[in-house]
Amino acid sequence: MPEIFQFDFMIRALIGGSMVAILAPSFGLFIVLRRLSLIADTLSHVALMGVAIGFVTSTYPTFVALLATTSSAAGIEQLRSRGRLPGDAALAVFLYSSLAIAVIVISKSSGFNADLFGYLFGTVLSINDRDLWLIGILLVVVVLFVASFYAELTQSAFDQDLAHVSGVRVTATNLALAVLTGATVTASMRVVGVLMVGALIVIPVLAALRLARGFRTALLLAIGFGLLSVWIGLAVAFYADLAAGGAIVLTTVVMLALAEAIGRLQEYVVSRRIRGSTDRSDLETARPPDVALDADKD
Amino acid sequence: MTIETTGSTEQDPSPGEDAQVGQSALWPADSDANGAFSDRPAVCEFTDTWYSYGGGEPAVEDVSFRVRKGDFAAILGPNGSGKTTLLRLALGLLKPARGSVELFGEASSRFRDWSRVGYVPQRVEGLGIRFPATVEEIVEQGRYRGFDPLAIFRRHGQKEVLDALEVAGISHLRSRPIESLSVGQRQRALIARAIVGRPELLFLDEPVSGVDAVGRDRFHELISSLNREHGMTVFLISHDIGAVMQGATVCACINRTVVFHGAPHHLTGEHLSELYGFPVDVLLHDALHEHR
Repeated sequence: MPEIFQFDFMIRALIGGSMVAILAPSFGLFIVLRRLSLIADTLSHVALMGVAIGFVTSTYPTFVALLATTSSAAGIEQLRSRGRLPGDAALAVFLYSSLAIAVIVISKSSGFNADLFGYLFGTVLSINDRDLWLIGILLVVVVLFVASFYAELTQSAFDQDLAHVSGVRVTATNLALAVLTGATVTASMRVVGVLMVGALIVIPVLAALRLARGFRTALLLAIGFGLLSVWIGLAVAFYADLAAGGAIVLTTVVMLALAEAIGRLQEYVVSRRIRGSTDRSDLETARPPDVALDADKD
Repeated sequence: MTIETTGSTEQDPSPGEDAQVGQSALWPADSDANGAFSDRPAVCEFTDTWYSYGGGEPAVEDVSFRVRKGDFAAILGPNGSGKTTLLRLALGLLKPARGSVELFGEASSRFRDWSRVGYVPQRVEGLGIRFPATVEEIVEQGRYRGFDPLAIFRRHGQKEVLDALEVAGISHLRSRPIESLSVGQRQRALIARAIVGRPELLFLDEPVSGVDAVGRDRFHELISSLNREHGMTVFLISHDIGAVMQGATVCACINRTVVFHGAPHHLTGEHLSELYGFPVDVLLHDALHEHR
């Protein structure tokens, strides 16, 4: 058995990391398509506030962070949907106010700087059973939500007004998406840390969008890139003695570069094929560029 | 400015004879746009409707008109005249500040029977960022009929989707990514999405902006055939007067309020001058002559 599997903490890290790798891009796809990538960053700062309050009040920090992120996500969505504040302005208000509260709470207390460091940069190697249970329950809820409301989520991602005229309850869908994103951010925070949580939600999705042609393919590819990033990142961190969170996030960036390279290679091959057809004066049979994976075709 | 429009000048009454100018002379309750008695039910009705964004200047001012079942209604007006606001009010995306907007006899903000309505927007939010969907998947969205927990497992290719693609003339594009299509092809895909559920009323918001002249003509032919051959009531917003007049049966010119309302062949340069704020000549092409 490889050395990496001989330690309990690594097994727990792999299980927790894998669950988060499924959770984060599942939501990330809908968030990126709705151009709300910044919401992950905002909610991670809200989570930091929750962690700080949890430490000061001696409450389970992840649980306080979960309450803070889900309620803030609902608040952001309400402000945005009622048009009180534009989407990005509502995010900025929540980001900076929660960061300010976190700074004040941290400055008024002492003794948990080392723990706080772990939350900022990820503590996947010290993830405990309670964390695993919390992430596991979230995973079940999120998978059920995305699978059940797949039609509503894809309609809203395509166009909110079109979704409304199709009969989708857009406001309720957006609210549920925001609240569960808050929960996902909290879960992901344990793996890659508050400062990098957005990366796990956004970057595997960008890699998937570079290659996927259909929605289901994009969802599966994003999860696939997330899982690969966590597994490779953890292995690299273990053997090279690096910070696990940083290694995972850097691996997502490598995945994105890889997806870009594959995409360009496909485009190059297709353009060569079309040029070949043109040279043979066979313009009518030249197919249009067809550069994406085709897993959604019947 | 000269605008070319079609109409049978030999057979129709003289322009303006029964056209109604101004908000005070609107479709009478028991007559259609030609002034004739009509018992066709109203499918979309604005009554003394007002709306303003953020409490500022009214974007829509005391508008009253109705679209009856079977109409091809063209809503014309310059940029910023409130056309899109009217459409958003009709779709329940905005609530009128005063007055009412009804869809099939029910306030549009409370309307829920969306299977009776199709919508083709001018632009789609999700496009432009590698939206991962094939044309078929987008058209499939138009068949949404409420919560379906197994939607993620549903296969494509149902007959309705293929039929809609054929009517829109894009069967050959069904497996292409929506982002890879030209502007005109995308609009046809959105038409297919809008008609796949066979709606009774089709709303279109300047669907051909950015499409070349040939594409525009073909698109308007498609809309006309949906109205004539498939019996769909059409509510089309446009500023392309000439093209719209080829198929429209009724016309409302909007500049915050109703400037003209009536049959398209009654639209005169005087009305258009009032609409656009500068002199406009109208060249009427005799459709009968053109076909000889």
